[in-house]
Amino acid sequence: MSAPLFDAGLFGDRGALVVALAIGGAFGWCLERAGMGSARKLAAQFYLTDLTVFKVMFSAIVTAMLGAFWLGRLGVLDLGRVYVPETYVVPQLMGGVVFGIGFALGGLCPGTSCVAAVTGRGDGFMLVAGMFSGVLVTGLWFRDLQPFYESSARGPFTLPQALHLPYGVVVLMIVAVALAGFQCATWLERRAHRA
Amino acid sequence: MNFHAPGQPRPYSNPYLTGVGLGLVLLTAFVVMGRGLGASGAFASSAAGVTAAIAPARAAASPLFARYLSDGGPWLDWLVFEIVGVAIGGFASAAFARRIRFAVERGPALGRNPRLATAFVGGAVMGFGAVLARGCTSGQALTGGALLSVGSWLFIFGTFASAYAAAPLLRRLWT
Repeated sequence: MSAPLFDAGLFGDRGALVVALAIGGAFGWCLERAGMGSARKLAAQFYLTDLTVFKVMFSAIVTAMLGAFWLGRLGVLDLGRVYVPETYVVPQLMGGVVFGIGFALGGLCPGTSCVAAVTGRGDGFMLVAGMFSGVLVTGLWFRDLQPFYESSARGPFTLPQALHLPYGVVVLMIVAVALAGFQCATWLERRAHRA
Repeated sequence: MNFHAPGQPRPYSNPYLTGVGLGLVLLTAFVVMGRGLGASGAFASSAAGVTAAIAPARAAASPLFARYLSDGGPWLDWLVFEIVGVAIGGFASAAFARRIRFAVERGPALGRNPRLATAFVGGAVMGFGAVLARGCTSGQALTGGALLSVGSWLFIFGTFASAYAAAPLLRRLWT
């Protein structure tokens, strides 16, 4: 039997919600363990004094990427049935630019703001409220945004396809970039603490 | 082994080990559910739910909200349950490490109320950006990043380029 297990019919929609609670719980646990519920720690990455966010995020991306690659290669996981977010070139790039400004202002992102809020941080609570309001207002006026939102659609489009390189080569390149990035992060933190 | 005074908050865990743990959670989601993690989707689903409760016609008229109102409804959405899990897991981790603290985290030069205001505005700006990008640091950066989606890597690039460009202008908020 090949994964995803949900498609194999091992459990239904209610079971999936129990899985959601469990996976979310482990996700929240990891975020808090690493200190990602602290806005000051997150904001410090933008001043190059604490690069925890970069280290956590890229170790996670590399781990899941390598796991998906090898489980796919071994025939355990059918990658064709794992949902790959579809690409919309301009809206996603611009969405990222807008998101980054909010991130530098607020110091937390949507997931980490939930951790900040439940661990007693008032700023986390306000960020959750702001995020909710932003999505609500955008949703109410979504029709005006829709043409741009749906522009430059490329469907499921991956880096190996875009670069015309084998999957394994792109995986190896990202691992190399991440390892170089970790070295840089350590060097930057040392420099900041000497100053 | 570190020793800690009783009642003191414990230090945070190693970022690489925690990152690998987080990556394994994400991989588990791929293997069990055939999908990744998310956060902003839970906000969109609950915003759809609240709008539908107050002004059903208005909610149905929004193509963004309408898609959360089908199937099991906005409150039985997978990401809504996942984000409730995030809150429980985050709280449990902090409670075990004695890191629950009622405070407003802010830069040394920023007052309490201005910080609450920048947190709200930052959140609202991110809400707009996450709708445009179809996800946030969880659904795009982590999930789409690990699956090598081009759009997700564009989101990562856009987010960090603009955050690092904006940071010098926002220095008074944090340093």
